[in-house]
Amino acid sequence: MSTIPNKKPETGAFFPRDRDWHPPALALGYKTTILRSPQKALLSMDGTLSEITGPVFSQSMLGELDNDLIHNFAKPGESAIGERIIVHGRVMDERGRAMSGVLLEFWQANAGGRYRHKKESYLAPLDPNFGGCGRTITDEDGYYRFRTVKPGPYPWPNGVNDWRPAHIHFSVFGHGFAQRLITQMYFEGDPLIWKCPIVNTIADKRAVEQLIAPLDMANAIPMDARAYKFDIVLRGRRSTFFENRREGN
Amino acid sequence: MVQDLGYLKETPSQTAGPYVHIGLIPNLADIPGVYAGDLGAAMVNDKTKGERITVRGRVIDGAGTPLKDAVVEIWQADSAGLYNSPSELRGTADPNFTGWGRRATDAKTGEFVFETVKPGRVPFKDGRRMAPHITFWIAARGINIGLHTRMYFPDEGEANAEDPLLSRIEHRQRVATLIASGESPAYTFDIHLQGEQETVFVDI
Repeated sequence: MSTIPNKKPETGAFFPRDRDWHPPALALGYKTTILRSPQKALLSMDGTLSEITGPVFSQSMLGELDNDLIHNFAKPGESAIGERIIVHGRVMDERGRAMSGVLLEFWQANAGGRYRHKKESYLAPLDPNFGGCGRTITDEDGYYRFRTVKPGPYPWPNGVNDWRPAHIHFSVFGHGFAQRLITQMYFEGDPLIWKCPIVNTIADKRAVEQLIAPLDMANAIPMDARAYKFDIVLRGRRSTFFENRREGN
Repeated sequence: MVQDLGYLKETPSQTAGPYVHIGLIPNLADIPGVYAGDLGAAMVNDKTKGERITVRGRVIDGAGTPLKDAVVEIWQADSAGLYNSPSELRGTADPNFTGWGRRATDAKTGEFVFETVKPGRVPFKDGRRMAPHITFWIAARGINIGLHTRMYFPDEGEANAEDPLLSRIEHRQRVATLIASGESPAYTFDIHLQGEQETVFVDI
């Protein structure tokens, strides 16, 4: 069933990014940034059609298990090992408006902190029933949800003894390409969060807290899965007041 | 005190990390069977209108080494200069062209390759026309927030000369970092993250 949304197309330019809120390109504690960070200033401009527009993705492209990481790589009748959780939340823009039709893609390590990737060499074993990828699209009111196992922390070669907190990577497509965002979700109460050089690329504690999903017992399913709630905010877009055109409006 | 503007703060960015392929390109990352295909793998089909082109390049770090773990996405108008997006109000874009593509840089060579069409010109907000261009977005380990830039075409000298974005670049020798090399149908666009040849990245 398809319905025609009773909404005007969005054509406003996006709010400028607060780049003091986001992590800077260069963060000495996260060593790989040193050779991968631009040293010259970004060229700043108000959005044009090239940034205001963006690809859209339809619910129809999703498979039935795309948002179920416990089962989407598992053999029939089996499931991934680990703490069963539901991650859910709402995608909004900076004006607080719900964003429907937002494609979310997520990836993560298994319960032992092992990624299914050929470059990964951590000695914790793979789970034969866990792939680690999922995706979904927000509903009319901006909500999404998926089911997975809670990922484990894992060590990485940065400092001698650096461990990532448990985290789930999120990739987000808003309605304009300028809203494109990749981030990571962390779990409430994890003591590794505040020791992590990647988390600490973010200067403002309140910004870090925006990435920490609280335990949400109200949405847990008894005898099945706990829940964590992770809301996502994308750039707001201006109301289209006036645009000055040479040929007149 | 005055009224609170009440805006929310944008969710802060974090690096995509070295295993970004698991989530964005799982079939390529040897995680078959979860999705039928990788998103953004094909931008064109047999019916797509316009001049077919190939865009290849590398993302190069401050030591001159190509990134072998980056993901590159492009977004562009169709051959008539229309975007395949609901926010496009000037007309209907070619339904056989997605406008959006995604590639991992090759794990051995660091190269990315897109098969696409040459975009038409798109208006700037004051009525001037922008030169044909492709928007690039780069995510990788060591990149804390996705890098946004544009590729322009070397055979569009006149259009490039009047392009509103290129015109804003104060250090004129840096304009060349946004212009691909080669000629139709094969263009090369190397992206330098830092140093002498550093690509102009934009905040738009």
